[in-house]
Amino acid sequence: MSKQIITLNVNGERQEIAVEPRWTLLYTVREALRLTGSKEGCGTGDCGACSMIVDGRLVTSCLMLAAQADGTEVTTIEGLAPSPVAGADGRLHPVQQAFIDTGAVQCGFCIPGMIMAAKTLLDANPNPTLDDVRLGLAGNLCRCTGYTKIYEAVLSAADRMR
Amino acid sequence: MRPFEYFAPTSLQEAIDVLRQRGDGGRPLAGGTDLVVQMKEGVLRFPYPEYVVSLRRLPELKGMDFSEATGLRLGAGATFAEVAESPVVRERYPIIAEGASIVGSVQTMNMATVGGNLCNAAPSADIAPPLLACEATARIAGPSGQRTVPLDEFFVGPGETVLRPGELLVEVLVPPPPPRTGGAYRRHTPRKQMDIAVVGVAALVTLGPSTSSGQADGGAFQRVRLALGAVAPTPVRARNAEARLEGRPASDEAIAGAAAIAHDEAKPISDVRGSAAFRRHLVGVMTERLLKEAVARARR
Repeated sequence: MSKQIITLNVNGERQEIAVEPRWTLLYTVREALRLTGSKEGCGTGDCGACSMIVDGRLVTSCLMLAAQADGTEVTTIEGLAPSPVAGADGRLHPVQQAFIDTGAVQCGFCIPGMIMAAKTLLDANPNPTLDDVRLGLAGNLCRCTGYTKIYEAVLSAADRMR
Repeated sequence: MRPFEYFAPTSLQEAIDVLRQRGDGGRPLAGGTDLVVQMKEGVLRFPYPEYVVSLRRLPELKGMDFSEATGLRLGAGATFAEVAESPVVRERYPIIAEGASIVGSVQTMNMATVGGNLCNAAPSADIAPPLLACEATARIAGPSGQRTVPLDEFFVGPGETVLRPGELLVEVLVPPPPPRTGGAYRRHTPRKQMDIAVVGVAALVTLGPSTSSGQADGGAFQRVRLALGAVAPTPVRARNAEARLEGRPASDEAIAGAAAIAHDEAKPISDVRGSAAFRRHLVGVMTERLLKEAVARARR
């Protein structure tokens, strides 16, 4: 199947990528750009492991065709904190640091999506209640933790960001 | 996913032209939360599209607007998040905001569209009962021009609408709410989010002027619209229950009577989400609650 060129701004960098129509945004970011932080769990929009921010909106990138994202600004987990490899100081985003400090991570597979969802929630609502956090993360499944530590981490991140 | 061709037209006319020229085997694509899942799962009997026409860039399908004279226009491409966040929808049509704010997750609501939800035509579609209760009409465009269909006649069966090949849903038009109107939509689900309605009930009532005769309930039902989701092959109005209330005083007793009629009027099936008997029970309970809530809002 013939490819078409799309333009994405990913984590502040303009990218021109040749994609097949059937490539999802997730597949394109992982395989063409080698940004493998975002995960494919279910592939059907149920688990949220592939969550990215596209033009300011949290989406499940496994259900978005790359061609549909043509011209958008995309933020992935890699875009939250500049990489120390790139010469940055290695400081993490407050949500990332809160997840570490709270011990909210076990196997880690869901965490990139969890953190993108949490960041989206806190950007819109800096003072969330526990119920707000539950609703904000309802589209993100974790099979290890039982969520308690994850909710604690998000509430702690809210404190840090205020 | 298996290969398919992809088109990204930038106007409604261009989209209609693509569908006409390429003919059978195409599918319009909006938010992708239904179609892309179906394409990935390759479910039996699902005709895999040879080509997909993205509706994302059609200006005619975007956004929403409101005027007191003509009411609300919801573009078919408006996302649930846009509808749920819209101040005018929340203030003037809370019944619609409630349907739009409970679909899937944050991610789903940022992607899924009003048009996609209606055209996918699931009996449980959450935006359908509120729009049916509001007596919305669907504006459709196709190769032979435009037409308008009352939403009540839009659904044909599970996954089936009156859309003919090559036609697209452009927008939904909702009349302005008369004074002393209140409405509410709720659904029953085991989970608050990421779930599909076992039963959905939308109630919209318009009350007559308050009487000064000391009647505590003040006013009678002038107009009642009840719509049910997930209890028939399509989202449906509960017309017998509506008729029972119109002209009667807005009392708890009248509401209980109408709820019993809605219970009998529903034609649910048993499936993994609930038995027919359970669904019928829910219709009765929820209709009573939703009517009371709609009346309370109408009096505000």
